[in-house]
Amino acid sequence: MSYVYAGYGITFIVLVLYALRVLARGRALRRALPPDER
Amino acid sequence: MTAPRWLTRALGLGALAFAAAAAIDGLWVMGPTAEQGDYSRLLVVHPPVATLAYVGFGITAIASILYLWPRTRRREWDLLAGASAEVGVVFCGLTLITGSIWGRPVWGVWWTWDARLTAEALLFALFLGYLALRRVPASDHVRARRCAIAALIACLDIPIDHYATSWWQTLHQGSSIDLLQPDKHLDTAHNVGLGLGFIALGLAFAWLVVHRYRVEQLEARYEHEALSIALEARHAEGRVEVPA
Repeated sequence: MSYVYAGYGITFIVLVLYALRVLARGRALRRALPPDER
Repeated sequence: MTAPRWLTRALGLGALAFAAAAAIDGLWVMGPTAEQGDYSRLLVVHPPVATLAYVGFGITAIASILYLWPRTRRREWDLLAGASAEVGVVFCGLTLITGSIWGRPVWGVWWTWDARLTAEALLFALFLGYLALRRVPASDHVRARRCAIAALIACLDIPIDHYATSWWQTLHQGSSIDLLQPDKHLDTAHNVGLGLGFIALGLAFAWLVVHRYRVEQLEARYEHEALSIALEARHAEGRVEVPA
């Protein structure tokens, strides 16, 4: 079962980390842009 | 062209709820199969990520065509193509990883140069190249046009990848279900698990594309803003102060 847990775990972790990266990039850009450009 | 906030929240919450249901079904409800034992539980994860990688690249191809076609040309299609390609690359990478994890206990190897696996790895490499091409400096239109052409060339690998198990003798198994072949079916628990996996990862995919598209829009605005600030600074440097 360790291979199964690894498959599920890696998929979940990669997607969560990627989602957090996308959100962080969006927030950084919103902060960098002037208010009227958001 | 942007999704309302309530929709993205619904997508995110739906993805989490269905992911929990898929994990419970895949890990505890589904039983082992006679052919693959417990490793058939990876069916909940591997086929959905592989299919969604195709969907991501397919959206990139359609958006690229719409950009190349003069009547439908809009900057938004290029941004959507880039956003969808990046999410597709993440899902394609997961396809290779989960496939390798499945292959090790079932085939006895982490990797082999089988037609399906090689075509999938090539697809991953082609779209990594596409993402690199998007970073090459050029004017908006030149970059968008060259990336659209590159995306369409890269997408030629999708049918090769998909039909590799039919066209060649491969270690990779064929499709697990086929609506046209009634003898090729899964039991109810596996069908439910596969369905939950598709819904959970499909919602996660949609959420990621929507958010990545917003980031593309912000990046595009930031590029233009940064350029105008830099130009203003250069103009200021060039001005000669005349003493009164």
